[in-house]
Amino acid sequence: MTDKDFTFTIDGASVTAQPGQTIMEAADAAGIYIPRLCDHEGLRHQGSCRVCTVKAAGRSVAACTQPAAPGLVVESETPHIQAMRKSLVEMLFHEGNHICPVCEASGNCELQAMAYRLGMVEPTKLPYLEPTRPVDASHPGIALDTNRCISCGRCIRASEDVDHKGVFGYCGRGIHRRITVNGEDLAHTDAAVSDHAISGGVCPVGCIIVKRVGFRLPIGARAFDRQIIGEAIEEKRR
Amino acid sequence: MAEPRLIEISPVTRVEGHGKVTIHLNRDNEVEEARLHVVEFRGFERFIHGRFYWEVPVIVQRLCGICPVSHHLAGAKAMDQIAGVDVLPPTAEKMRRLMHYGQVMQSHVLHFFHLAAPDLLFGFEAPAARRNIFEILREQPELGRRAVLMRQFGQEIIEATAGKKIHGTGAIPGGINRNLPIDVRDRLLARIGEMTAWAQEALAIARNYTLDHAALVADFGSFPSNHMSLVREGDGALDLYHGRLRAIDAEGGSLFDGVDYCDYHKLLVEDVRSWSYMKFPFIRELGPESGWYRVGPLSRMNTARFIDTPLANAAHRELRAVTGGAPNNATLASHWARMIEVVHCVEKIHALLIDPDLQGTDLVATGERRCEGIGVIEAPRGNLIHHYRVDENDQITFCNLIVSTTHNNEGMNRAVKDVAVKHLSGREKITEGMLNQVEVAIRAYDPCLSCATHALGQMPLAVELLDASGQLVDRATRGA
Ligand code: SF4
Ligand code: SF4
Ligand code: FES
Repeated sequence: MTDKDFTFTIDGASVTAQPGQTIMEAADAAGIYIPRLCDHEGLRHQGSCRVCTVKAAGRSVAACTQPAAPGLVVESETPHIQAMRKSLVEMLFHEGNHICPVCEASGNCELQAMAYRLGMVEPTKLPYLEPTRPVDASHPGIALDTNRCISCGRCIRASEDVDHKGVFGYCGRGIHRRITVNGEDLAHTDAAVSDHAISGGVCPVGCIIVKRVGFRLPIGARAFDRQIIGEAIEEKRR
Repeated sequence: MAEPRLIEISPVTRVEGHGKVTIHLNRDNEVEEARLHVVEFRGFERFIHGRFYWEVPVIVQRLCGICPVSHHLAGAKAMDQIAGVDVLPPTAEKMRRLMHYGQVMQSHVLHFFHLAAPDLLFGFEAPAARRNIFEILREQPELGRRAVLMRQFGQEIIEATAGKKIHGTGAIPGGINRNLPIDVRDRLLARIGEMTAWAQEALAIARNYTLDHAALVADFGSFPSNHMSLVREGDGALDLYHGRLRAIDAEGGSLFDGVDYCDYHKLLVEDVRSWSYMKFPFIRELGPESGWYRVGPLSRMNTARFIDTPLANAAHRELRAVTGGAPNNATLASHWARMIEVVHCVEKIHALLIDPDLQGTDLVATGERRCEGIGVIEAPRGNLIHHYRVDENDQITFCNLIVSTTHNNEGMNRAVKDVAVKHLSGREKITEGMLNQVEVAIRAYDPCLSCATHALGQMPLAVELLDASGQLVDRATRGA
């Protein structure tokens, strides 16, 4: 702890933070997991999915973008906040086309893992929107199944900031906002399998696919088959 | 405890759980025609379009709750060809075979003890309340217990090879995604002696039943037909996983032999009839009238020259001796055939478990991408054909499936008609006993419509009797 460091609380636990750290960064370092989907290690924060919502001094804020402050009182795992996070995740399922049993991301998918963590165990009353969304398989090594995209924008930031390519972008507005590529199709971009945006584990779901890998890693031996999402962070506290 | 809930899955037409039979009478109230209406697979062949080829083995197994492994493996075999692989690494081929033998074993045991044995042990005309597995458990608890444990053994093999008891993901284009850990192998091996003994006892029940009721078996839903299956390349031995197509006529004469299954469409034509979603395949050369054929355990006993495991081979010879070496056309003898295959599977499983190749680490082969793939396997219910085309972007553009129930479509319709003629003609009422007779004839083919939900108890069935003008004379239903 340096003399500039300060403390605040999350669900009553004292957390040490450095100036400039977000609530989530400080929580991670302290071994407190705050659920998230659009935030990803090594990428700039975006604050769009709101799954990381916490109450800070009574106000709802995104923990991934909100700076920590001395003495701040943060609530995270309250029944109300957990229920809201679960609803957000449920809506993501209803808004796209997610058929986990036949999806090659199953077991490695952060959306699915988040649903398990938040206890989404039964169908909700929301209507399934069943949108018609494109599959772009034009690239020899990469495919994009946008049925499963949750518009987290992680690929956009990875391609721009890490790969310096800008392969991905958004089109449309509001609920119609969709991921797209900067070209006629993926084959007409400079996307490469080795890109961080493609092979860096950036896409949280089964939208960006490296072709012909599929089910090589057995179901049961995958990331979230072994550990529930967030456990790696929580282990630091034990 | 929560109330049981009914979950409706739409569109309902595709998951029709009832077998529906219509029996058509002529002006003299004689049976003119009997039609069995069953589930269809067309919807599936459409919705797989555009999916990636490596997803196929995982997606297609969702076709069926009883034999998902067969679809998984037939799909994977087709995808091997897409991936340009003709020969799998030994570990991959043997793991897949192990998975398949586990599947055939558990499926046959399920069919025999849960669905067929109540009929055989208590009689077709026994009250419905007695004709179920629970009655077996009550009257012959030891037999019932073995049935449950044998099924469990088969399912554990599936779990060890595919990852899950149902809907696993073991087979992938060009190979398999795991090998068999030593501890799992040892756990399975420890029970193989027991399984071998129990399989032989089950075989004895089926054999004795067939021989003790020779007149009934010879008469009941028995009719001459062609038979088709894969047999092992070269020597024509029974091979449930791979081989060449062989078809024989009712007297045992060869119709074709040693045919590469990739040429199936040159030999078989799929006929369409207005009243059924299901196609009626026939052998092109013989035409629709005489070219229909049967598939399944009994057909395999007829097409196979021998069985390459000793216990099953001895049983096979005994079965063949009943008809003096000629094909056995008695529908009810399928139960015996099925139990011979259970013994064969247990023998094969034993041989594979002690094979060190199962601990090998070379799991996947690669090759030059092709645009068409055909996978054929002998599923528990018979020959199963998967045929796909894939475009240069790796997406499916064409899919054709011929499942065992489709191969047997004409045979089942004839068996039902046979029963109807013998037991219904001249009467205008459908009795419970008649309903059972129709059901037994259908069940001998073990069709996919006896879906997993209805595995315990009776097949939901509706029989309609129509007069010459198409007017409904009588209707009987029962089941879920
Ligand atoms: S992307 Fe994730 S949530 Fe969507 S179908 Fe695949 S595994 Fe399920
Ligand atoms: S493609 Fe993947 S990473 Fe990109 S926005 Fe969609 S879900 Fe996020
Ligand atoms: S993780 Fe904070 S808004 Fe998405």
